[in-house]
Amino acid sequence: MQTVLKGKTSEVTINTNGPVIIIGECINPTRRKKLVSTLQKGNFEYVLELAENQIKAGAYVLDVNVGFPGVDDVKLLPETVLAIKGKFDIPLCLDSPNPKAIEAALKAAGGKCLINSVNGEEKSLNALLHIAKEYGAALIGLTMDENGITGDPEKRLAIAEKILERAVKAGIKEEDVIIDPLAMAVSSDSKACIVTLETIRLVHQQLGLNITMGASNISFGLPGREDLNSSFISLAIFNGLTCPIANPEKITASVRASDLILGRDDFAVRFVEYFQGRM
Amino acid sequence: MNEILNRIAQCVEFGKINKTSPYPPGMKDQDGADELTRRALESGVKPDEILENALIPAMANVGNKFSKKEIYVPQMLMSAKAMNSAMAHLKPFFQSGETKRKGKFIIGTVSGDLHDIGKNLVAMMIEGGGWEVIDLGVDAGAEKFLKALDEHSDAIVGLSALLTTTMENMKKIVTAIKEKYPASKILIGGAPVTKEYCEKIGADFYSPDPQGAVNYLKQLVS
Repeated sequence: MQTVLKGKTSEVTINTNGPVIIIGECINPTRRKKLVSTLQKGNFEYVLELAENQIKAGAYVLDVNVGFPGVDDVKLLPETVLAIKGKFDIPLCLDSPNPKAIEAALKAAGGKCLINSVNGEEKSLNALLHIAKEYGAALIGLTMDENGITGDPEKRLAIAEKILERAVKAGIKEEDVIIDPLAMAVSSDSKACIVTLETIRLVHQQLGLNITMGASNISFGLPGREDLNSSFISLAIFNGLTCPIANPEKITASVRASDLILGRDDFAVRFVEYFQGRM
Repeated sequence: MNEILNRIAQCVEFGKINKTSPYPPGMKDQDGADELTRRALESGVKPDEILENALIPAMANVGNKFSKKEIYVPQMLMSAKAMNSAMAHLKPFFQSGETKRKGKFIIGTVSGDLHDIGKNLVAMMIEGGGWEVIDLGVDAGAEKFLKALDEHSDAIVGLSALLTTTMENMKKIVTAIKEKYPASKILIGGAPVTKEYCEKIGADFYSPDPQGAVNYLKQLVS
């Protein structure tokens, strides 16, 4: 199955058989206080710098989150989108808990964006599915609902199924639903990652959808974070992860290595290209 | 007597829950916090002494090592489990009033936020500092905090948030609490939170790590 996202003229295809497409996570004020201070002044230079660095490092899509206290994101999210669009022709993943901000940003962005995100709660589905349909956007479905987050992969799969069913009913194409199996910190629960890996396998085998996840938080509270993240991402890719949201400056090498190992990179073209570009 | 208190403290610091627990591997087949606390009480050691001279100093060491990045979240959780196994023996004395804790602490992750690791670490460190902890869980709004305060009006309050988008809700909760309980003390923390933000929303204290929260509470009652 293929999810196609579009920038102004560019097109990115996320294929359930790979290769893996990295969605750059860095335009996000959590743990990036400089982003808040520059955006508060209406200064987009740092956003553009983050965009450029991520694209150079291997991001094919950029996540855009400008949520921080006191922000009017119905205004700031589309402004940020326009600033990025003015300089880079790349599809965007619009990341906000506020459906109004998402809608305003979709209007500004054009192309075909990815919405981050809906979940299995009625409130969330009712607020966002019709917006996704109206603007022809793809969307990420988080495998959680009114009851919170379950540790049972089968139940996470059931929530994914529900989101897919509701999206299709709302007129969204099946291939435009991307599932997030939820990756939680393994420091506080040693089974956290295996639950995610198992959910990925189930969603991949039974629904055949593209799969994303925030791939940097599993290592919270532990040393060797980059080693842990890269091991996890390789295992997740083997199970069916196709478009992680991560920091490309840290994860691209592992992603390209995984694609090569899984026989998706003939003559190691993309793998070698990545390292040649770094020498 | 000091020897058994030292051993309990060791078990808590290094996360030895009970004899059958295989962790830490270096303490295999030794008695854990569970057996040692029971034995200490049986031999006449006062519960106060166990709390003050074993559990509190051990957890303070854990908190300080965590602040210095000498240990990580899983080690802290092991220590907390060992502490809980000791605390279980002290609970009857807390309930009867024979052993007094330092005060009450209400904690929760604010509305819209489901991240509980940071909140749990702070809760266990404060419990290990000798406080009674009332944990409101995640996604807790002003109403929940107010209800808890209605019941425990002398409690100190802690708010946790991991996301820049949910941090805003701290302001609403702080405002609501201060309106109804102007004398209350509120501390806040979480990845996106800063000292400046704490001052801006009228909270009383910001701590970048769990031990900072424990130290703040200690200073409030000293």
